[in-house]
Amino acid sequence: MLTLIKAIGRLYRRDLTVALRRSTDILTPLIFFVIVVSLFPLGLGPEPNTLRTIAPGVIWVGALLATMLSLNRLFANDYADGTLEQMALAPFPLGLLVLTKIAAHWTLTGLPLVLISPLLAVQMNLPDSAFGTLALSLLLGTPILSLLGAVGAALTLGLRGGGVLVSLLVLPLYTPILIFGAGSVAGVMLGIDTGAHFSLLGAFLALALTFLPWATAAALRVSLD
Amino acid sequence: MHKYASPKFFYTLAGQLIPWLGGVTVLLLLAGLYLGLFVAPADYQQGESYRIMFVHVPAAWMSMFIYMMMAGAGAVALVWNIKLAEIFANSCAPIGASFTFLALATGSLWGKPMWGTWWAWDARLTSELILFFLYIGYMALQASIEDPRRAARAAAILALVGVVNIPVIHFSVEWWNTLHQPASLGKVGTPSIHPSMLAPLLLMALGFKTYFFATMLMRMRNEILERERHTTWVTDMPELKA
Repeated sequence: MLTLIKAIGRLYRRDLTVALRRSTDILTPLIFFVIVVSLFPLGLGPEPNTLRTIAPGVIWVGALLATMLSLNRLFANDYADGTLEQMALAPFPLGLLVLTKIAAHWTLTGLPLVLISPLLAVQMNLPDSAFGTLALSLLLGTPILSLLGAVGAALTLGLRGGGVLVSLLVLPLYTPILIFGAGSVAGVMLGIDTGAHFSLLGAFLALALTFLPWATAAALRVSLD
Repeated sequence: MHKYASPKFFYTLAGQLIPWLGGVTVLLLLAGLYLGLFVAPADYQQGESYRIMFVHVPAAWMSMFIYMMMAGAGAVALVWNIKLAEIFANSCAPIGASFTFLALATGSLWGKPMWGTWWAWDARLTSELILFFLYIGYMALQASIEDPRRAARAAAILALVGVVNIPVIHFSVEWWNTLHQPASLGKVGTPSIHPSMLAPLLLMALGFKTYFFATMLMRMRNEILERERHTTWVTDMPELKA
């Protein structure tokens, strides 16, 4: 049990260290997120009310796409140099190791999206009251995006055109999170009680945490065959 | 039981079943279409255009049903490693996608006279659209993996994740729709259905089901031949000898 906790701690730190050594990889999805959201005012015109109405959806779709772009980093390097195979052979449940990797991945992609969201909220003229809701919805939602994305990344590991394929597999599965994430922000602006949105996002997160690491582990075993 | 799961035995059995299933399909569809298009009265609200329902509703039912079958077969294939279940799941996908497309197309055709537009973000149409995307993703994944057994197992995992998600997607889209529903679209759903309309609907639904099984057996036979093309029972087949 102790060795398992130690292994998980080491793996988490290792993944963070490896990723931080190549910090451009971490910045790219974040900058992509900012650029995509900034393009909408240019396409639609700077009318503050229009921007405010579309802001929750635009920011959330930006977050989905940014998460998706970062997915190939999750397993690709470890797959290429054989680390992943060693993990599959290790005397620890692969599901837990996968969960650790997803957690490290989220720390470096999901969390920055949450932290930068108030800046984008300012850009899109969101009322002050919605800032907290936006950040909180992203805080609950982005881990689900990472967990679902991990299944897609594991299934397309080592395939030609894996990057585009992953979006086909994962984006339809993202719809409920988009609906409730963007819905909570829109709800706050309309003065609707958003408790239900957050309860549901929390329920999805609990469900995703329970099942998806094991589905990802199964997918990895298929890909490693 | 193992006898039925052997591809060779199944190939022959499927070959004997297909004509029967095909015949029943033709009878059911003819009866359903006759009752639906000529016998059932016009709807007092929707006029004649409601008759699209006799194709649309069974197609939508089939689109869900086939995804469930596909995920179930995928689970069987993953757990017990049964080849035939893999082949079954693979054969489901294109048929399911076609039914989903049919449901979308007929839904859109029905929407024009009813809503005045080809596409409305109605809850059921939207979740049907997402189901269509799920089918496409499944087929794309399967097509991009060379080894058929690996492809089948990867696709089965995706189908299982998808099948857990379908109710969630369906319910969230419905919820989203009640929040955003434009006021001009009233609820057009029929609270109860008259027997003269129910009978053709059920006949069509049964016909679609037998059609599904007939075409699925044909697809399975093809895939069995493709996978087993190097075995002796395939190379010794009289059709190939001639």
